[in-house]
Amino acid sequence: MYQTTYHRASSVDEAASLFGKSSEAKFLAGGQTLLPVMKQRLASPSDVIDLGKIKELQGVELSGDTLTIKAATIYYDIMTNADVKKAIPAIAHLTSVLGDPAVRHRGTIGGSIANNDPAADFPAALLALGATVKTNKRSIAADDFFKGLFTTALEDGEIITAVSFPVPAKAGYEKMRHPASRFALTGVFVAQTKSGEVRVAATGASQNGVMRVPAIEAALKANWSPSAIDGVTISANGLLADIHGSAEYRANLVKVMAQRAVKAAG
Amino acid sequence: MGVEGIGARVVRKEDKRFITGKGRYVDDIKLVGMTHAHFVRSPHAHAKVKGIDSSAALKMPGVIAVLTGQQIVDDKVGNLICGWAITSKDGSPMKMGAWPAMAPETVRFVGQAVAVVIAESKNLARDAAEAVVVNYEELPAVADVQAAIKSGAPQLHPEAPGNQVYDWVIGDEGATDAAFAKAANVVKLDVTNNRLAPNAMEPRAAIADYDAAEEHFTLYTTSQNPHVARLVLSAFYNIAPEHKLRVIAPDVGGGFGSKIFIYPEEMVALWASKKVGRPVKWTGDRTEAFLTDAHGRDHVTHAEMAFDASNKIIGLKVKTYANFGAYMSLFSSSVPTYLYATLLSGQYNIPAIHAEVVGVYTNTTPVDAYRGAGRPEASYLIERLMETAARQLKVDPAQLRRTNFITQFPHQTPVIMAYDTGDFNASLDAAMKAIDYTGFAGRKAKAKADGKLRGIGVSCYIEACGIAPSKAVGSLGAGVGLWESAEVRVNPVGTIEILTGSHSHGQGHETTFCQLVAERLGVPISQVSIVHGDTDKVQFGMGTYGSRSAAVGLTAILKAMEKMESKAKKIAAHALEASEADIVIENGEFKVTGTDKAIALPMVALAAYTAHNLPDGMEPGLKESAFYDPTNFTFPAGTYICELEVDPGTGKTSFVNFVAADDFGRLINPMIVEGQVHGGLVQGIGQALLEHAIYDANGQPVTASFMDYAMPRADDVPSFNLSHTTTLCPGNPLGIKGCGEAGAIGASAAVINAITDAIGKNNLEMPATPDRVWRTIHAA
Repeated sequence: MYQTTYHRASSVDEAASLFGKSSEAKFLAGGQTLLPVMKQRLASPSDVIDLGKIKELQGVELSGDTLTIKAATIYYDIMTNADVKKAIPAIAHLTSVLGDPAVRHRGTIGGSIANNDPAADFPAALLALGATVKTNKRSIAADDFFKGLFTTALEDGEIITAVSFPVPAKAGYEKMRHPASRFALTGVFVAQTKSGEVRVAATGASQNGVMRVPAIEAALKANWSPSAIDGVTISANGLLADIHGSAEYRANLVKVMAQRAVKAAG
Repeated sequence: MGVEGIGARVVRKEDKRFITGKGRYVDDIKLVGMTHAHFVRSPHAHAKVKGIDSSAALKMPGVIAVLTGQQIVDDKVGNLICGWAITSKDGSPMKMGAWPAMAPETVRFVGQAVAVVIAESKNLARDAAEAVVVNYEELPAVADVQAAIKSGAPQLHPEAPGNQVYDWVIGDEGATDAAFAKAANVVKLDVTNNRLAPNAMEPRAAIADYDAAEEHFTLYTTSQNPHVARLVLSAFYNIAPEHKLRVIAPDVGGGFGSKIFIYPEEMVALWASKKVGRPVKWTGDRTEAFLTDAHGRDHVTHAEMAFDASNKIIGLKVKTYANFGAYMSLFSSSVPTYLYATLLSGQYNIPAIHAEVVGVYTNTTPVDAYRGAGRPEASYLIERLMETAARQLKVDPAQLRRTNFITQFPHQTPVIMAYDTGDFNASLDAAMKAIDYTGFAGRKAKAKADGKLRGIGVSCYIEACGIAPSKAVGSLGAGVGLWESAEVRVNPVGTIEILTGSHSHGQGHETTFCQLVAERLGVPISQVSIVHGDTDKVQFGMGTYGSRSAAVGLTAILKAMEKMESKAKKIAAHALEASEADIVIENGEFKVTGTDKAIALPMVALAAYTAHNLPDGMEPGLKESAFYDPTNFTFPAGTYICELEVDPGTGKTSFVNFVAADDFGRLINPMIVEGQVHGGLVQGIGQALLEHAIYDANGQPVTASFMDYAMPRADDVPSFNLSHTTTLCPGNPLGIKGCGEAGAIGASAAVINAITDAIGKNNLEMPATPDRVWRTIHAA
């Protein structure tokens, strides 16, 4: 790791102010990506501003049909939260298969979506549930937030404060775990909103990061059942390929995981 | 068996320090004035080193020196050696490319060191290493063993035309051809044995400390065999004569073979310590471990097995290409020859075998012994062949094995090994019963109804352990003898120290070796300590690898114990005014048999050291040593059966059951044996399903971190069902065969046989990743 200056912010405003004062600062949430990258000397921020201890970024709230998870809430706390389990159990399940216990006790929802790893789990949940990302400056719809590999709509220095999820009628997430990293080799989140809209998002599959899957959405809109997807063909074009999964395999997984997610959603 | 004697499930003494963070590993050691090394490593798989500019690095804070490959050559530090000479079929010696500890002219794999920075801290050394400018001229590279032997392939070493190290044969080619000529059936198989990275939990590390006044070096290092390290460093690398070099291997966090070898880093640390006049520490990180720890396996093989009309094997032909990487590591040459082809008879009566092994250089990390070392490759090949044959001949796979089992011992195979004892039917029976083999068809049908493909796979392995009779290995080209040494010191107050040439890096010697003493003397193991891993404390010994520490190392302790006991009995008889022949040892006392006369061990020891009243002519003291050279290899064997389900939608494998029935001879501590089997099975399953060290066509490693290289985790493996069938090894007095490698040797074939049974297609390479299985299921 290169030399850096560590700051522990006590409020979002202080964090934003610290960011403005330094030349090449990075925000630190759970550190599950940033710290390994720094240890490998692939990142060299002049300043690291820790958001993890900011009280206003902690916790989960259920208000009517909206579940709000504050940005620095760790996965384990999401996984075990009674409101999450009651309102959107698919999110509790997603969190339970995310990484390993060490990651779940450190990693945060805000850190995950700000990083927008193409194989991260949470971007699929946000996109499929039509969530809203709240920042210290504005609200951004999930459809507008994810902009491709490791890229988001966040401006320089903008801090995610929370994610609001409309409570769906039905939702499910199924994932084929990457055998080494435990990211999603491919994961699919399916949701049916209370107004009857169907949204399906796949992660770990596309070269452009998390993506909607219109063909499966259309099939499920017509008939919400696993067998409705039987006739859908997913193209391997534009899908990721690596030593653990060819593009054709990932195309298959999009379909199979979607079917299993629908089954899990009930 | 006493509560702490042979056969007792004694809790491991050493675990208290390991699980409370009190272990003392090389990186825990800090010397006064210690400096830190960071290596500058090649990013290219093959390149000329045109120049190294250290000027900017030398100006950086805390930098003491930047040393290069040319300097180490100029100082006449020897090239790395390979300690087992193999002769090609044309009579020529193996072709050795020169391997300097740091490359002065040419780099041949990604990660090869070209220079080292010595600085005041680890971080400062790393900072400065980034400022060392190396001017490379890239050369074409080759990573694949079959690409490397093609004409026109990039050439690695001028000494080895065609990248060929050797072309070695074993067995009777004429007899084998004759057997094939009269065969009723011939079964053919091509298999790849995937390259693995060993991944010991503790990365390699070294601290070198040169004392200029004494002209003496001390090396703390992660070694499985500190005396061998000292011997090689002294005899071949011109570091220092043996009496001026102390090698200490303290607590070592796993080896799996990878810490047998002498690596460039410890040579450079020693040399650099003298250069800079201060201690030098190097601790590898995980990436360096992936790039520089000797890899394992990496064979490509074509094999054919001939059967007669009654399904008896009559011949076996094997041709294997073994990838050695860019240089010949310390024992690499022996792995695909004498540790592999000599086991090709498996558990079967095969009258004629002929095998040819071509060793090949490629622009990859050197390959050497890794848990099992040659024997997993042999066992995997034979057990895949047997399964393939059963499918082709349409007979039950277990029955085909039974038809061909060796049942009479001793049995001389056509490939050197003489199996001393075994009962292969017993272990097959035990495993079949444990897994309810006969009920499998019903379970498969039920799984099918649930949409799952269920399969069962058998693997009957045999290995040669207890390495090894010195005269035999010497005749086959080994540069060392493979005996073991021990010393028993009874202290004046009766506590006991055992000094052993074996080295414990996870095996539990500090417990099992004490159990032998407890068994013989009836003293609690708390009265016994095991001393190992320091060339200044322990007499010359050969170290730990090849499942040898119990069969060879413990037998050496037994021999020393017998000498000590003999002397102690004389002292006791003298004190008790009895005949030596009437003295028996029980519960820590020397008793006159049939009487209540006794003298306790501490009193015997005290008598030995006070020497006030010893038998006439007896030397004072109670300390004896022994060197034990085994008379034969030992032959652990057993049957593993795996039952699993494949998800046809994803190709993912889930275990239903995994049973292991092993014959290890006598068990000293069954709990530790079970732990060894668990670990070995997980490594075998890891090879079958997950692990693969991959290079791209240009020799760039693709799997140099745990984000890409899939190590097995607890939830990847089942809960194992273990049992033992026992035939005592006749070759050593304790009847021990060894248990350290069996799991890694036998497991992978059971898994692949089960998956191919489940999916109904025989051809499937390791690792059987879900993608690969899914594509195989759906292939036309």
